[in-house]
Amino acid sequence: MEKSSRVIELKEVVIRFSGDSGDGMQLTGTLFSDSSALTGNDISTFPDYPAEIRAPQGTIGGVSGFQVHLGNSEVYTPGDLADVLVAMNPAALKANINHIRPGATIIMDVDAFDEKNLRKAGYVGDDPVTEDSLQDFNILKAPISTLTKASLEDMGLDKKTVLRTKNMFALGLVLWLFNRNLDNVNTLIEKKFGKKPEIAKANKKVLRDGYNYGVTIQALTPSYIIQSADLEPGVYRNMNGNQAIAWGMIAAAEKAGLKLFLGTYPITPASEILQELSARKDLGVKVFQAEDEIAGICTALGASFSGSLGATSTSGPGLALMSEAIGLAVMGELPLVIINVQRGGPSTGLPTKTEQSDLMQALYGRNGESPAVVMAGSTPSNCFDYAYWASKIAVEFMTPVVLLSDSFLANGSQPWKVPKLADWPAIEPPYAVGAAQDWHPYIRKDATLTRYWAVPGTPEFMHRIGGLEKDYNTGDVSYDPKNHHRMVELREQKVQNVAEVIPELHVYGPRNAEVLVIGWGGTFGHIYTAIDEMNLTGDSIAYAHFNFIKPLPKNTEKVLRRYKKVLVCELNMGQFVSYLRMTYPDIPFQQFNKVQGLPFTTSELKERFLKLKND
Amino acid sequence: MANGYNFKDFKSNQNVRWCPGCGDHAILRMLQSTLADIGRPQEEVVVVSGIGCSSRLPYYMNTYGFHTIHGRAPAIASGVKTARPDLMVWQISGDGDALAIGGNHFIHAIRRNIDINIILFNNQIYGLTKGQYSPTSRKGTVSKSSPFGTVEVPFRPGELALGARGQFFARTIDTDLELSKEVFKAAADHKGTSVIEVLQNCVIYNDKTHIAITDKEHKEDRTLHLEHGKKMIFGKNRDKGLIRVGFDVKVVDLGKGGFTERDVLVHNAHEKDTSLHIDLVNMEYPEFPVAMGVIRSVQEPTYDENVQLQMDAVHQTTGIKSFDDLVHSGNTWAVD
Repeated sequence: MEKSSRVIELKEVVIRFSGDSGDGMQLTGTLFSDSSALTGNDISTFPDYPAEIRAPQGTIGGVSGFQVHLGNSEVYTPGDLADVLVAMNPAALKANINHIRPGATIIMDVDAFDEKNLRKAGYVGDDPVTEDSLQDFNILKAPISTLTKASLEDMGLDKKTVLRTKNMFALGLVLWLFNRNLDNVNTLIEKKFGKKPEIAKANKKVLRDGYNYGVTIQALTPSYIIQSADLEPGVYRNMNGNQAIAWGMIAAAEKAGLKLFLGTYPITPASEILQELSARKDLGVKVFQAEDEIAGICTALGASFSGSLGATSTSGPGLALMSEAIGLAVMGELPLVIINVQRGGPSTGLPTKTEQSDLMQALYGRNGESPAVVMAGSTPSNCFDYAYWASKIAVEFMTPVVLLSDSFLANGSQPWKVPKLADWPAIEPPYAVGAAQDWHPYIRKDATLTRYWAVPGTPEFMHRIGGLEKDYNTGDVSYDPKNHHRMVELREQKVQNVAEVIPELHVYGPRNAEVLVIGWGGTFGHIYTAIDEMNLTGDSIAYAHFNFIKPLPKNTEKVLRRYKKVLVCELNMGQFVSYLRMTYPDIPFQQFNKVQGLPFTTSELKERFLKLKND
Repeated sequence: MANGYNFKDFKSNQNVRWCPGCGDHAILRMLQSTLADIGRPQEEVVVVSGIGCSSRLPYYMNTYGFHTIHGRAPAIASGVKTARPDLMVWQISGDGDALAIGGNHFIHAIRRNIDINIILFNNQIYGLTKGQYSPTSRKGTVSKSSPFGTVEVPFRPGELALGARGQFFARTIDTDLELSKEVFKAAADHKGTSVIEVLQNCVIYNDKTHIAITDKEHKEDRTLHLEHGKKMIFGKNRDKGLIRVGFDVKVVDLGKGGFTERDVLVHNAHEKDTSLHIDLVNMEYPEFPVAMGVIRSVQEPTYDENVQLQMDAVHQTTGIKSFDDLVHSGNTWAVD
């Protein structure tokens, strides 16, 4: 699966503006494409008018569309399928269902989705998203007409004029999605409405308010990942990183015979995990939307204590609040999956943008010697695999596991071959069984050091655990100095033992290469694409990508020492490379870092790899 | 006991480490005794606590127990109960743990009406950190962290609980064993979040803080033991009563000024309207007697029960019964 993932870093994107003939879609499309051309994009456009001169309002026949295909390099066609569809009414949605890419972003003016318009477009119910099976799409419902009216409330314009500017609201929102500033469009508006300064002013105001609306609701920039054409036979569906994580945990819980319990608090860009699991009451998933992240993780830990697979989902600021409770999970040796969908930091930072800067927080952001397993997904769909692994390790080792994703993976989607649960490895909770006499909660399995799990309700196995240090031999509270030292080492060793069950590090590219590139987490698609392209042109470079960070795969050192030059690429200032340097102090790692809230581009990666190779 | 349980069945093998004379000993004993009376098997009982002297209690109970982190016990207990509605969950807390660091979790657990029993040990001081004032310390309290007296207004736990839409609130005194058992039993029977404030004495850092109302000599004159359906009469000689005058409650001497038993309010713990209950929880000595017993006990649907009901309803109608059903639902396509 991984091999066939490719990332399109907005090298090209197809946007389709669609609405009623009177909605100004042609102007919107033209403004967007002209302003894109001004920023240096290559464009190809495709205006799509209704055939009828006076098509009835609100019907499919009356839909007017404008498609723009833009890219960094030459673009030869207006594009086949749209990545973003702006649908100003139900007819516009209906008319374009077959012209959008699976998983595309759909922006809807919900104000126009009333009973009358829905019927005119041929919908039978009041929920076109379900009716057209669009649940897997990135739907952005915005009350565009209402907000446009509010925007121009004080300008003294008549109602009709006001509503004619709603296309600018939609355009503003799209400009936000693609990180454009408003300057070029503003200039074009001034040119077009030069003789009507009031109208120009109104259009500019609505444009800005649409843009600000995107900022306020933190509309997420869709990321694009395409799959090479040679898919294995099978049943596929579209999968994004957040949904993959939610489903991975569902699969693991079912396999383990456990109930899944998510205790959490909404935060961008992780909220979709909460939303997805909230909808899974059919599978017995319990979701607790708590008063804050602290309570979120604590309810999850309470659920774990009482025999569920406890999980929590958050982003960087939430993980900071959860530190103390993760420490309790370390001390209490309870299974807990902590999902951290990283975003730009510190503090509130860049909530909708991607970064990998929570690695140190995941590894060390707690008081005391507090080891937890840390791992990361590397493609939207393999977030499923790693969520499954995280759950399996948490349960079988009785430990908190931090699974790192990021904004790019969370919002990116790709085709996913539907698995069978029967094909996935067993998950065996280490239940306490047998005679309870002389039993205590810190008796462990010899091989893994996992303690046994006695779930409330089990007769005879009543016990108490907690945050205070416990005696190795009795499980009672202990302040003994040597016992503490022993327990600290034991907890670390238990986490290190996880290395025995995880896959070894895989190396892509030629074995005789001098240069090894290292990545981890969500940068896989970009780095792999760059490496692949370079190897195709004869620049031999090897590549190893980490999904397991603590513990590292067993063959890590062997791989690292095989190459003359090792370059670690990450979207932070060098957190993984610092961890590697600490672990292997004599290996001369080099680093390549970027913190712009954006993924790497393959071209900047290739440039850096080439430089290293020729140095 | 008829059900075969004795309080000793709920004692763990750990030595109790509270200071000699600490009010906590009596509370622990009454909780063990209440559970024995109820006759719930030990393995079906979970005791969760936060941090503080009182929060050591789970270690002394022969049940499932979780001594957690400061202030977060209501959240952890909420997770236990939501995941496992079949368990009986007790949450032990102090005035600092519940009302300072854990205030947010305390009010939200109550608001959701999760079926847990919260015992709040209120000694109006921080004991474990050795004598700083707490959010229930009276204004002006001189403590290690307020050598010139506090300038803060304290919380009244009952007012806070009712303000958070609490449906059960009771009050007792550590040394009043019978009353403690009465309210613990009522809390256990009540479905929903039960909050029990225990006026507890810290012999080391805040000795005799409740003495004005708890000493044997004055207790009957300075407290009002509320019982549902009974008149609000108190006093050693049962000669004082509580009446309503306009929107206020007032203490009157029965047989004087024309007031008789007939004028005295009857306690209705099941009244949904909170106004009289708020008056009752807020009564402070010396103006009023301090209300004891079950002040409010109103039956409303609980969070854990509603979660289960919703889930059962979805189960009735869904076609998705397993992970394999899920992955084939909605939009899929085949590649040959």
